[in-house]
Amino acid sequence: MNPWSLANPLAALVLAPLLLGVINRIKALFAGRTGQPLLQAYFDLAKLLKKGAVYSRTTSWVFKAGPVTGLACVTTALFILPLGGCPAPVSFTGDLVLLAYLLGVTRFFTIAAALDTGSAFEGMGASREAQFSVLAEPVFLLCLAALAKITQASPGLPGRDALSLSGLYGGLSLSVWAQGGTALLLASAAMLAVLLTENSRIPVDDPNTHLELTMIHEVMVLDHGGPDLAMILYGASLKLWIFSALLAGILVPVRSGYALVDAGATLAGIFLLAVVVGVIESTMARVRLLRVPQLLAGAGVLAVLALSLSLGR
Amino acid sequence: MSLLILSMIILAASGLLSLCLGRNPGRANAAGAGGAILGCLLGLVPAARVVASGKAELFSRPWDVPYGSFTLRLDALSAFFLIPVFFLCAVAALYGWGYLKAWYHRKNLGASWFFFNLLAASMALVVSAANAVLFLVAWEVMSMASFFLVTFEDEREEVRKAGWIYLAATHLGTAFLLILFLVLGKQAGTLDFNGFSASASIAGPAFLLALVGFGTKAGFMPLHVWLPEAHPAAPSHVSAVMSGVMIKTGIYGLVRTLTFLTPPQAWWAWVLIAVSVSSGILGVLFALAQHDLKRLLAYHSVENIGIIGLGLGLGVLGMALDMPALAVLALAGGLLHVVNHALFKGLLFLGAGAVAHATGTRDMEHLGGLVKRMPQTAILFAVGAVAICGLPPLNGFVSEFLIYVAAFLNVGKPGISVAAGVAVAGLAMIGTLAVACFSKAFGVVFLGEPRTSHGEKGHEVGGAMRLPMALLALGCAGVACFAPWILQGMKPLLSLVTGLPGDAIQAPLSLISRPMGLVVSGFFALVAFSALLAWIRHRLLAGRTVARGVTWDCGYLAPTARMQYTASSFAQPITEMFHAFLRTRKEETAPQGLFPAPGSLSTHTDDVFSKNLYEPAFRAVERALVRLHGMQQGRVQFYVLYIAATLFALLIWNLR
Repeated sequence: MNPWSLANPLAALVLAPLLLGVINRIKALFAGRTGQPLLQAYFDLAKLLKKGAVYSRTTSWVFKAGPVTGLACVTTALFILPLGGCPAPVSFTGDLVLLAYLLGVTRFFTIAAALDTGSAFEGMGASREAQFSVLAEPVFLLCLAALAKITQASPGLPGRDALSLSGLYGGLSLSVWAQGGTALLLASAAMLAVLLTENSRIPVDDPNTHLELTMIHEVMVLDHGGPDLAMILYGASLKLWIFSALLAGILVPVRSGYALVDAGATLAGIFLLAVVVGVIESTMARVRLLRVPQLLAGAGVLAVLALSLSLGR
Repeated sequence: MSLLILSMIILAASGLLSLCLGRNPGRANAAGAGGAILGCLLGLVPAARVVASGKAELFSRPWDVPYGSFTLRLDALSAFFLIPVFFLCAVAALYGWGYLKAWYHRKNLGASWFFFNLLAASMALVVSAANAVLFLVAWEVMSMASFFLVTFEDEREEVRKAGWIYLAATHLGTAFLLILFLVLGKQAGTLDFNGFSASASIAGPAFLLALVGFGTKAGFMPLHVWLPEAHPAAPSHVSAVMSGVMIKTGIYGLVRTLTFLTPPQAWWAWVLIAVSVSSGILGVLFALAQHDLKRLLAYHSVENIGIIGLGLGLGVLGMALDMPALAVLALAGGLLHVVNHALFKGLLFLGAGAVAHATGTRDMEHLGGLVKRMPQTAILFAVGAVAICGLPPLNGFVSEFLIYVAAFLNVGKPGISVAAGVAVAGLAMIGTLAVACFSKAFGVVFLGEPRTSHGEKGHEVGGAMRLPMALLALGCAGVACFAPWILQGMKPLLSLVTGLPGDAIQAPLSLISRPMGLVVSGFFALVAFSALLAWIRHRLLAGRTVARGVTWDCGYLAPTARMQYTASSFAQPITEMFHAFLRTRKEETAPQGLFPAPGSLSTHTDDVFSKNLYEPAFRAVERALVRLHGMQQGRVQFYVLYIAATLFALLIWNLR
């Protein structure tokens, strides 16, 4: 393990809440407001960490396990997450499956914690979260399969597992884009839909909604407060970081061999993606809940197309 | 080998002893359970020895049955299946000892233990028999013993119906096996397994016969219809054994048959993959739509058989296309999932039994909040739920990971891209549906508030019922922790199934050993991070106000248990999305008017296959056969006449 590669998870741990600030700033810009400070998410976290807690009498240890497990899972996932061409501290064949399933553990415990409150609203959110993930997860893995196929042929950097996230992203380059651009573009589009779904953004979910009946992710954590809510908020920003890094790694194929240049380009890509998410949130309306599966099925079609195109090469 | 035979004798003898002690339930219970535990633990020794050494052990005696000898053979494949059989039977027997105490003087426990021990012994015989006649006899004993166990509560009509469905299904399956062994035996000239080898002309049909015959026992869709009937009807320790290991004898039979039919052909793999993926997805979808906890678990067995079949299918494809890496990794994943499923499904059925025992119902809509009344059962059930979803840090992930890697590694290779893509997307969908299904099962049964008075009755079950669950949970964690070593230990097994030499097996195993080790370190990192964060929260909250209140129901301060989300409402979006397959029926009385009277809603998801395929088919058969009623007078003279006429006809035919 290269000690410098530890800068990867470190950057995520430090910078992830800033993504939320960027998105909110863009939204404020579109709405003609001044908006929150860019660092608002950090202030929120600091404030929440100083608070006490109120637990419902209905809840049990499962409710408390939710935030802890959720944050632990995304933190573990950070150690196998490459930043564009910069490899992750740990990489091995099949680590992409571990990443997807770590996010699955988060989901399981968030849903369980929501059901532990005995509230109908939280049950409703949990049910929808479970439903959308059923479609989002296959799309995500198919995108990675397409990516694996596309980069398998390219030499990549020596000494890397072809079938690890670091190997996949290390194998991407401008020339790969020139050859398999269409498939990569389709996969990126599908991945963007997964990013928006998994991170409960518009058009799937509205993070700023004030109507509990229509919430998905936000309603599942209504009962959490204090340090628990801080962990959830922080975990959510890290999850957004993970998906943004995966997508930016495809869209910014800068593989100069200089770690600083590559990392800088990918970081810029991640924050640009936050801008894109902000623009999408400002210009689009939420789709009706019943339409979300269609959106994801569409993304699924794109992913399958990407995979078939990559096979044809 | 002698230990294995001794263990079967102990099982059979203690069963008989228990049967004789039937009048004294305490002694019958102790004799049956004690004998089962002793016999199973003894049987674990030779199984473990063969797995460790990889050397087969043989016991052969001539007998009167033509075309072969009485042969028992304990090779790597048999031993690999024997370990979960004996382990699960032993812990289930301990559980049953506690569980059946409630039935003293109401049921003949001696008979129940007789059949339980007979089931354990016959499963051991099924996986170690090396002669087709012996195999079929053991198979039939296994089916009959489990039939009598399923119909334990035969005073209830639905139990009797479940028993009949099981009996019919298992015998239809056996009929295919009979033909299979006749075909194989005719060509080999012997009924001993070591003489079997199939020429290309009969290999294809033989594979299909095995798939249907063994698939019925294993529960592949659409041959699964007996599972959701029989598993809920049986006592819970029997459900655990049936779902955990008995249906795996079907997988054993299929794998064993594949070793006779070399070289495999690619289209077998395609059939197997198609059947498995549809079993997996439909199995978990039907599970999601159930309200009966044990029925849900039964459908989940169909799903897991799908995952196992997917591993086998990819493995067969690898063998057919001469790709050792694909064959070894996928088969390792599929076969390891056999053990994993035995552990977590056994655990979950025992947990469901504890819930039913304590509350008197299996209907999830009546339950809730049991985590406070049955805290230890709740933790153990949660372990099982996480494991069965294939989530880190437990054993389910290990086997699914192997199948995923096998698929991902080959996604670009000619001839298998489609299979690999289907496997990846299918596994991902099965995995997320399983998360939905088990977060529902765990959440609705154990979390929140009790929905009706049933849930309020819950109390922790006795130690004899908790210890087996704890052992199985430890097994789940153990397989996860020692995955790299277990994988190395599977080398002789994989060599036997694929027919490849040890060196060819070693290459893919070395390829996966580093990733496997890192996956396990990932498990530890996850647990360590969780513990660290929990400690941090504990430190932060020390000295601050930590209050207890009511659930924040958006400002409503008097939420009641009836306002909770129910199992049906939780599953509704997904069942609605897949309505085309599930055909969930709704019965609702909507509240009407300005002062609405109480409304009601109930949903039922019948098995599509049993309703639209088997019921019409069996009705047609019945209509056709009803004409034969005239032959049944019930007078002995007529039956003697029938026999005489048959013999006469045979005589004429022979003289011809």
